[in-house]
Amino acid sequence: MVSPYPRLSRCAAAIGAALALLAAGCSGGGGASDDGRITLRFQSLAWQQDSVAANKQLVAEWNRTHPDVRVEYVQGSWDSVHDQLLTSFEGGEAPDIIHDASDDLADFAYGGDLAELGGLLPATLRDAIPGASWQTTTFGKGVYGVPFLQEPRMIIANRALLVKSGVRIPTADTPWTWEEFQQSAKKLTGNGTYGVAWPLKEPVSSTLNLSLSTGGQIFQRGADGKVTVRFDAADQAVPRAIHDMVDTDHSAARTTLGMGGSDTLPGFFGGKYAMVPLGFSYRQQIQQQAPKGFDWIVLPAPMGPDGNRAQGVSPQTLSVSEDCAHKKEAVRFIDFLLRTDNVVRLAKGDWMLPTATAALRDPALHTDRNGWSTGTALAPYLRSAPAQSVRGYPEWKDKVATPAFQEYYSGAIGLDELRHRLVTDGNRVLARYQR
Amino acid sequence: MIKRRAGRTGQYLALVGYLVFLGFPLLWLVSTAFKPPRELATLHPTWWPKHPTLDNFRQAFDEQPLLHAALNSLLVALSSAVIAVLLATPMAYVMARHRSRLSRAATGWVVVSQAFPFVLVIIPLFLILKRLHLINALPGLVMVYVVWTLPFALWMLTGYVRAVPRELEEAAAVDGAGRLRTLVSITAPLLAPGIVATGLFAFITAWNEFFFALVLLKTPEKQTMPIILTHFIGAEGVADLGPLAAAALLATLPSLLLFALIQRRIAGGMVAGAVKG
Repeated sequence: MVSPYPRLSRCAAAIGAALALLAAGCSGGGGASDDGRITLRFQSLAWQQDSVAANKQLVAEWNRTHPDVRVEYVQGSWDSVHDQLLTSFEGGEAPDIIHDASDDLADFAYGGDLAELGGLLPATLRDAIPGASWQTTTFGKGVYGVPFLQEPRMIIANRALLVKSGVRIPTADTPWTWEEFQQSAKKLTGNGTYGVAWPLKEPVSSTLNLSLSTGGQIFQRGADGKVTVRFDAADQAVPRAIHDMVDTDHSAARTTLGMGGSDTLPGFFGGKYAMVPLGFSYRQQIQQQAPKGFDWIVLPAPMGPDGNRAQGVSPQTLSVSEDCAHKKEAVRFIDFLLRTDNVVRLAKGDWMLPTATAALRDPALHTDRNGWSTGTALAPYLRSAPAQSVRGYPEWKDKVATPAFQEYYSGAIGLDELRHRLVTDGNRVLARYQR
Repeated sequence: MIKRRAGRTGQYLALVGYLVFLGFPLLWLVSTAFKPPRELATLHPTWWPKHPTLDNFRQAFDEQPLLHAALNSLLVALSSAVIAVLLATPMAYVMARHRSRLSRAATGWVVVSQAFPFVLVIIPLFLILKRLHLINALPGLVMVYVVWTLPFALWMLTGYVRAVPRELEEAAAVDGAGRLRTLVSITAPLLAPGIVATGLFAFITAWNEFFFALVLLKTPEKQTMPIILTHFIGAEGVADLGPLAAAALLATLPSLLLFALIQRRIAGGMVAGAVKG
């Protein structure tokens, strides 16, 4: 009997051949070198073109100048880094040098997956970075990462609309107060333009971080070391301002509440929104995508009472895996990567601010072009994000705070209900982690 | 008559609507892949790029090892599909033809196993593969994909086997064909469309899979397309949209091409061919 599918048979034969090739060609990963040379895997989350290039150049430079310790560049992804690290740690296959954000480190640090770097860090590196930044990677009594890049939240504004409206244009030295910000947003609203677009798809971290300016802490650590949630007047000031802009003044576009930062840019470029609060690194997208001639300006975030300009940040960090057999060498590489000139290259590539004081003085970061100088001027006011070392924060954020803030900002619930949910439901969640 | 014509027009309209619905994401992907950055963030987006550019493709290729990743994906997906089909076909035959409590229980287990979430199995799987030295190795990933697709492939193929009339096999037996000859010469050719459909399912599942590949593959030279695509996404979901669309378009093409090549096999009538002779 002749097969009705002769071509299928040939196809199967070809696939069989491919399988044989696969079996021959793709056996397991690379092994250790025979000459005793140390190899370290560095997983970087750099993703912007210039940043990836800078990281790869620095790794190549290290490998050229340090023949005894070879560093292998491995590309990771922000989108999935937590899950990927979690399984890697469980399976004992984690990269030696780990790039992450400080707010992702707590569980790994407390879980014993990350090396305590306190005794390994050279004094020069320790001294280069201010204490407020080290706080973001200090869990318990140990330091579990080196904070090296940080990103304040700024207000990116359409300068032409600002000038036309006659509002005072704030500078890094003289930011708006929250009241002035609300009044300016009101003045800028009209003729199809909203004063501000709040992209609050993820409302919790922006709210908490900005609330430091009004003295809001939300998380209070008691004498017994246990953390509880509070939502007092100082904590309520920023959420109330945002809520009023959306629901009372209508100076903020309600539709943007469910958006991510990038989603608001078309409306911003089209003159639909006069201002958008965004992370500092968004400037790169704006510079790339803004229509020719679009005149934009970077403004500092509003300040609180008594000129308080504090803002919470979760810097990017470099850590070493506890399983790494060559921790000293790994820290030597981190030290190399974060030398002043190098960290400036990384900061420019990512459009972020370095944490190191000397690097912040680099002239390239003090130009008015693309708002660099405004951001650099804010660096001394950046603090550890309030949620930084709170165990159970991710669950509180996802199950309690995110829906509660979303409903409050959209006007579905009032301040009392928001308070009840954040505090009562929230403390129930945190208590489970602190028994 | 008028009623029937109106009904048919309605059917065609629904079909066109459905095709547009299905085709829109692909159309938008193609359009985005060729748009320069300034056309990506406008308040009134255009269907087609006003100033089409290949820069997104250039950037995507410059930044990430796309071709290498595509080759890895192809090897893994093809291998997974072939092995899953080779294993599932005889198993499906047994389950379809020899119905017993055991085969019914096996079918039930197959259906239940589809409900297992990835996170439930990933850590034990990781530890097993580590012991076998198959972490960061494409054969390890192939093993996982075969195990993961096998239940559904088995379930699909069982249905196809049941659709082959038992009388044909009995007729072959009466003509003197042995069991193996009957299976190879009578049943297998009639099952071909089902085998192709199952293989395609296994291929696409493996081609698109992200989570296992993320966890099991460590070094860039081993990574597959879905992992490489995430490298165009930054913190808080910010994306380098142009290069991402260009890379995603390239990632979509092999599945589309494969489907275009073999869709006639799937659509072809199988039992119809058997009774004609």
